[in-house]
Amino acid sequence: MTDLATEGALASPARAIEAAQSVWSLRWRRFRHHRAGIASLAILALLVLFCLSAYPLERYLNLDSNATDLLSRYDPPSATHWLGTDEGGRDELLRLMYGGQISLLVGLLATVIGGGIGVSLGLVAGYFGGRLDSFLMRLTDGVIALPLLPLLIVLAALDLTKLGFSSEFAHSGAAGFWRIVVIIALVDWTAIARLVRAATLSVKERDYILAARASGAGALYVMATHVLPNIVTPIIVALTLTVGRVILFESVLSFLGFGIVPPTPSWGNMLNNAQELVTTAPALAIYPGLLIFITVIAVNFLGDGMQHAFDPRSERR
Amino acid sequence: MLAFTLRRMGQTLVVLLVMSFIIYGLIGLMPGDPIDIMAASMPGVTPEVVAKLRAIYGLDQPLMLRYWRWLMAALQGDLGFSRTHSQPVLEVLTPALWQTCKLMISSFVLSVIAALILGVVSALRPGGFVDSFVSLFAFAGISVPVFWLALVLILTFAVALHWLPASGMTNVGDGGVMDQVRHLTLPVLTLMLANTGQFTRYVRAAMIETLRMDFVRTAWAKGAGAWRVVIVHALRNALIPVVTIMALSFGTLFSGALVTETMFAQQGMGKMIYDSILSNDFNLALSGLLFATLITLLSNLAADLAYGWLDPRIALK
Repeated sequence: MTDLATEGALASPARAIEAAQSVWSLRWRRFRHHRAGIASLAILALLVLFCLSAYPLERYLNLDSNATDLLSRYDPPSATHWLGTDEGGRDELLRLMYGGQISLLVGLLATVIGGGIGVSLGLVAGYFGGRLDSFLMRLTDGVIALPLLPLLIVLAALDLTKLGFSSEFAHSGAAGFWRIVVIIALVDWTAIARLVRAATLSVKERDYILAARASGAGALYVMATHVLPNIVTPIIVALTLTVGRVILFESVLSFLGFGIVPPTPSWGNMLNNAQELVTTAPALAIYPGLLIFITVIAVNFLGDGMQHAFDPRSERR
Repeated sequence: MLAFTLRRMGQTLVVLLVMSFIIYGLIGLMPGDPIDIMAASMPGVTPEVVAKLRAIYGLDQPLMLRYWRWLMAALQGDLGFSRTHSQPVLEVLTPALWQTCKLMISSFVLSVIAALILGVVSALRPGGFVDSFVSLFAFAGISVPVFWLALVLILTFAVALHWLPASGMTNVGDGGVMDQVRHLTLPVLTLMLANTGQFTRYVRAAMIETLRMDFVRTAWAKGAGAWRVVIVHALRNALIPVVTIMALSFGTLFSGALVTETMFAQQGMGKMIYDSILSNDFNLALSGLLFATLITLLSNLAADLAYGWLDPRIALK
């Protein structure tokens, strides 16, 4: 506990006298007072639980979420199909749960990969500066200037065999999944890169970094152990907001038919036949979009709450 | 200022040139091949004829050479022939561009007006009841999937209430101004609602910052009326960053326009790009994407120039 106590003391001497606290427990305390943030955290936990209960529920109801039954298309809700059935006679609730797993997973994975690209480029640009910095920042500006959705559609439509992948792989479900993850990550790293660069610039001339460099630490070591831990809070906030954006990108691509390919469900591709749903089964046109909406709004409020918790100066806003 | 303008215009041209090459390369990687598609519609065609066709159209040449030829033709106003429309690309593009401009500009103007009102009102009492309500609305606008918002509006205003048409641009046999306006209402409303959220947050943040400044306190102190202080003193100054960031986001409206046009069957640029990629109309897709990039780049250019013009301190840098 001693090292936690000193860390807390550095962050806020007055508080440390009351009780030994780490900087993270202080942040958690501040976060708890952000009602929207706490509510969002609870909602997201429930959503994850909802999506993960797909398999147990499928067992319990003794259904197969992929089995089509054209005799029971658009059935109303019943004891076996709690939310009714879709255009293929499949259970809507189970499809929503499995679809959520895919949508959330794409959101997390693309954020991790895109965040990785953004953090690396931002660190390198900010730390080394000079020509490398101006080149990387021009590149970032260029990507920001692109019309993202049309570009994503082109990238999603590319023929993987022309890029040298085997035709077997190109048409597999795994390729469909990873393609979406990778192309979204490839376009959505610019905000993080800019943020990390600016934060790196602001800490790299600090005394502790000069001390580390004077004692012979290599650039990679300094970036990993001295720069990164000191700029981690804005990165976490930005990554959280990225998750929301990525989920929106995935859903619209899948909706337009360029994303996750049916029969694998995702919240976006469950609305593929929306024009038909509007007249035949309006409720089915609402559910998937409503889940996307709730998820993304909760993610955005969570990011907002963390921003308040991490940066006390923004509290009075 | 002149040097700054010229330099930014030069940069824009360079980015457009680089993008045209990248898009040209990407289109080449899309599934299918123009000659194969042509050959498929000619029964009894031999491989020799196919090879000859390929040579006639220059498709056996290396990428750089093909790009160069395309660029030279494009600079002379020849963007090629659209396969699906059986018309020169430029003749398909022009009406679509006009349609998209109507949609984008009207929803942009309406979003800006709504955001100015909501942002200023919520900045007057940060944390108050009105502010919380506006914040919720703003977060909802950022988080809603545009295609689902369109679906909900269609379900409400077209299917349930029968107030407005759900799709298309005119009724058969009508086509007057009022008819066009009625068909544009839901698309414009969709795009406007989706953008107002982000814009409101910009206005609110800038207004809160400005209202705290000394010159505003001076204005209060000298006894100026509330209306005068807020609108004439504060808003005018807060507008500088807001105008810039809104102009920057004009280009991102294009992604929303693509979805909106697809949902409401509006023959604009977005739907045209979407359809051309679905139907392997390579020339049309290429030109459409380039024009979309051009719209984004021009709005960024306008944003930068407006910033320099509104705030003379910037241009000196």
